[in-house]
Amino acid sequence: MAKQKNYGMVIDTRVCVGCSACVYACKSENSVPEGYCRDWVVQETNGTYPKLSMENRSERCQHCEKAPCVTYCPTGASHYAEDGTVQVNRSRCTGCKACLAACPYDARFVHPEGYVDKCSLCKHRLDQGLETACVSVCPTKSLNLVDFNEPDQEALALMNGKEVYRQKEHAGTRPSLYWISARNKPGV
Amino acid sequence: MNMSHGQDLNRRDFIKISSLFLAGSAAMSTQIGRTLSGNGDALADDGRERVVHSFCEHCFWRCGIAAHVRDGKIYKITGSEHHPLSNGRLCPRGTGGIGQIYDPDRLAHPLIREKKGGKASYRKASWDEAITYTAEKLYKIKEAYGPQAIAMLHHGFGYTFFKEMFKAFGVNKFAKPSYDFCCGPSHQAFLFTYGHEIGTPEGIDIINSKYILFFGTHYGENMHNTAVQEIAEGIRRGLKIVVFDPRFSTLAGKAEKWLPIKPGTDIAMMQALMNVLITENLYDKQFVAENTVGFDELRAEVERMTPEKAAEITDIPAEDIREIARNFARYAPAAAVHPGRRTQWYADGAQRSRAIAILNALAGNYKMPGGMVKYEKYKIPKGAPHHYPEYEKEVWSKYPLFTDIKPENTMGSHEVIQQAIDGELKALFVYGVNVPETITMGRKTALKALGNVDFLAVVDTLPMEVTGYADIVLPECTYLERYDELDGGRPYRTPFVALRQPVVEPMFDSKPGNQIARMLADKLGVHALEDDVETYLDKKLKRAGSSLEEVRKTGVLLGKPTDLYRKTGEKLTFETPSGKIEIASSKFRDAGFDAVPRYTKHPDAPEGFYRVLTGRKPMLTFGRTANNRFLNELPTARENEIWVNPQVAAKHQLSHGEQVHLKNQAGVVSEFPIKVKVTERIRQDAVYMVHGYGHYFKKLKWAYGKGASHNQLISNYDIDTSTGAVGFENNFVTFIKEA
Repeated sequence: MAKQKNYGMVIDTRVCVGCSACVYACKSENSVPEGYCRDWVVQETNGTYPKLSMENRSERCQHCEKAPCVTYCPTGASHYAEDGTVQVNRSRCTGCKACLAACPYDARFVHPEGYVDKCSLCKHRLDQGLETACVSVCPTKSLNLVDFNEPDQEALALMNGKEVYRQKEHAGTRPSLYWISARNKPGV
Repeated sequence: MNMSHGQDLNRRDFIKISSLFLAGSAAMSTQIGRTLSGNGDALADDGRERVVHSFCEHCFWRCGIAAHVRDGKIYKITGSEHHPLSNGRLCPRGTGGIGQIYDPDRLAHPLIREKKGGKASYRKASWDEAITYTAEKLYKIKEAYGPQAIAMLHHGFGYTFFKEMFKAFGVNKFAKPSYDFCCGPSHQAFLFTYGHEIGTPEGIDIINSKYILFFGTHYGENMHNTAVQEIAEGIRRGLKIVVFDPRFSTLAGKAEKWLPIKPGTDIAMMQALMNVLITENLYDKQFVAENTVGFDELRAEVERMTPEKAAEITDIPAEDIREIARNFARYAPAAAVHPGRRTQWYADGAQRSRAIAILNALAGNYKMPGGMVKYEKYKIPKGAPHHYPEYEKEVWSKYPLFTDIKPENTMGSHEVIQQAIDGELKALFVYGVNVPETITMGRKTALKALGNVDFLAVVDTLPMEVTGYADIVLPECTYLERYDELDGGRPYRTPFVALRQPVVEPMFDSKPGNQIARMLADKLGVHALEDDVETYLDKKLKRAGSSLEEVRKTGVLLGKPTDLYRKTGEKLTFETPSGKIEIASSKFRDAGFDAVPRYTKHPDAPEGFYRVLTGRKPMLTFGRTANNRFLNELPTARENEIWVNPQVAAKHQLSHGEQVHLKNQAGVVSEFPIKVKVTERIRQDAVYMVHGYGHYFKKLKWAYGKGASHNQLISNYDIDTSTGAVGFENNFVTFIKEA
């Protein structure tokens, strides 16, 4: 059955400054307990002085189309939702951590209340037609929510003609997060 | 180990406020726990939620916020979609307001210092007692020594009511530290060059620019929301960025070119860029001829600063200097040099900012897309004038080019500190300034001043270091629990008036500044703040064509967007003495200073020492957020690090992640250790640390002892004798390894 929606993200690392507004917005939106987070920021610097380059990335669950967490979940708690996101059904989760071991992106943690938690792509907001908390707070608009079934032209134009990658594609996970590399020059 | 705080203090010992008087308690901790660690996904609209629009107080940018309340508690803060400075988006600190209001360390009651058996301590007081006590002290000091013996140091938007109270009382000494080292020099430089200030947000049309030069401006680490939004949009549209910075900042990571300039040599670089523009005939000749005065003087000054000469001074190759000057000219007028903030580094900050203003003039970018623009203000007609008693004009700053159009400032904060040390000042009223960790003359000097006044009153929300020295502590509620003055005086693309309004009732026994000031005014028997705050705001908003009731809905009142650009053939006028852009400044010349910017050499680090560079983290606004548990939860926010080039690390046998103490050139040793970050991102003659860490007050339970204090390590300061600003980049440190 074709999915009604196929949500993912296009993340423009050219403009991300790594401010972590996304992390705090997620924490307050989703009441993520102290000491844990569902998204995080990576600042990667390469080269030696004075020839340096930098990429800032706001990372989270990649909502894979072939998600190892779903494959390896023994109870069916981890599952694909109709909107293309990967979700955890808390009442079916036993906290066995098989998914933590399977996830190539280290996107999951065990919530202090015993179940496994991770980015839900703010499903409760998507269901209301709202963008995720991280997308709506991002001062640089580095984060872009996209329904790949009906991608808006702006999001496609953003990727057009640029170096775009997905993380750990060799794992065969078909992640739904696309990254516009910081190596791209300004403009098109 | 030199535990320098508390030394040299005889008259005013530092008191640890007993936890009895703070908000912190088991009940409070549970409360914040519930707010921050619920277990479901929040639902945006479940019928129990309301949203209040206001504006942020975590930095001077003052973005519009939407505070979301459920069951009487604020559970999240988002960017207001109505406010032109946030456009629905917010930086981490804005979101972090919940960590401020629900901080268990908040000041909960008025506190009075008393001495029993030779030992000083605080006792809880009623508001009536606290106000009577404060008014009596202020009154007696004024009677005995005159109004010039009283001064207010302030930072933050709630100070206006206290200023009204003091003006009515005849006191006219007001100072905010941020003039001294942040915006003062840039403000004055642009005022004297163009006849108007550069503003906040700065009047640079970033979004339409093709090429912008930044000198040590850390956008991205400085989360000035709208400017960061514009830079991002600029990059999407093709903006090329060039960054001069001894450190590979986040912004340098976005740049087409990063030039690791030797610290302290910016003016030489700017002169060399001017030299190329002039000798290669690349500047906008028609614009300069029609709209400026003093070009020949500039040409004579920069003639000697060839790219080759500048290369020796700045460590930047001559060919890079030529290339950047040529690109700047090629993209002009859609090219600009950004004025930045924190513009006082040495004693020549105003001249450095003047050089930036002049480079923009040479590009002919005034009122051009992508250049320098002049935003407009929302004009609110003035009400009936309030008659204050004559105050003493002679108390104004002794520096000839000190600002004279900003009513919140009548002198530099370092002048207030010096007067306290000299015994000229008897009472200090501190609103929102954590003096030992903020004043640019360093902690030791600040403490000397605090110890030397007869009366110290502090208004704050948290037990900052300064509250430990106070005679009286007046606990204000946070910006989320009060009304303040309207934010209506700032020019922007879309002129606006913004309202701060209470989202929830004041917690504990804290009160809004407007009430505290009114109680003081009443007790002093002076005529100020007659209307209650809602009536006052409503009257003002009615003059602006709206009402409090109306503006409460969205938190803003918007004007017509500024017409930003020059029309073809439009004759430009400038409110300078000559009516032109003053490349050679008559104001500077008349006051006895260089009329065109001149490069002067600043001292190099002593052998084995490194110049201390400072900046920010995007989730920290110094004192305002230091103890914020919500913001400090991320490991990247929790403490500062000392950035060290790998070669320097090898020389001192430092390893990445190791804890060291820092020792400055005067022998002051940081009381807390700091983590070493070995990184290619910095030159070998400098180190870098974020300001605002290393708090030594144990009642800041979260911030205490995390990282090292930059302010403690300031022993040298350089006063700009033109504008009265203070620089503190001539401080150097070395490393002391843990035994």
